[in-house]
Amino acid sequence: MENVEVIKEDQILDCSGILCPMPIVKTSKALKGLEAGQILKIISTDAGSPPDIEAWSRQTGNELLLSTTEGGKFIFFLKKV
Amino acid sequence: MSKSDPNAPRRLALISSKGTLDWAYPPFILASAAGAMGWEVGVFFTFYGLTLLKPELTAAVSPLGNPAMPMKMPFGPEGFQNINWQMPNLLMANVPGFERLATNLMKQTFHNKGVATVEELREACIDFDVRLIGCQMTMDVFGFKREDFIPQAEIGGAAIFLEYAADADIQLFI
Repeated sequence: MENVEVIKEDQILDCSGILCPMPIVKTSKALKGLEAGQILKIISTDAGSPPDIEAWSRQTGNELLLSTTEGGKFIFFLKKV
Repeated sequence: MSKSDPNAPRRLALISSKGTLDWAYPPFILASAAGAMGWEVGVFFTFYGLTLLKPELTAAVSPLGNPAMPMKMPFGPEGFQNINWQMPNLLMANVPGFERLATNLMKQTFHNKGVATVEELREACIDFDVRLIGCQMTMDVFGFKREDFIPQAEIGGAAIFLEYAADADIQLFI
């Protein structure tokens, strides 16, 4: 996985305050608006989202570049295939 | 065709058989999550589950017959909100409006915690082209007409579901 400082997102999706399954529902919809190779940054407060976003990435083939925490929030960088 | 075509997406086939608020969540959560993962999804709504295809969702929850159901208050300090209120059956069965109270408490608690409404989840399913199949036999039994349901619903019988489920990777009865 890459370092958070070197990844530049093309779009940010803030899923703060919402629970399963809405983070992956919104992620899926947001990624539809991106081009292949573009990067989506997801911010989530749902403690279930790290394993869920990982599973979502495995199932859809979109690459999870980084999964980390920042200020008590979960941060993900996803690259659209 | 899912299993017969190795390149086809995974497929989830659900039967939704219950129409109360607590039972409305699992099929719509799983269906929308699978849709978000690019899977094919079909949900067969039968018996009491059929009412979940009505335009206006009136799903309620009853603690009656749900002895393990925690009743939590959606307001007040955290310690108060975390108290599990024990509701004796005698009280639940005899107090008018208790079901409405329980429904409102659950909806408010879900809202406070950030859980989507059943309506929002159903909308997400529609966005992901989830097949929502209403059971024709149940319609006949309960006297429903096609116009009673959302336009996105299709109407079918057991054979439609079984054909779809036969080629699914996951089949669940809820």
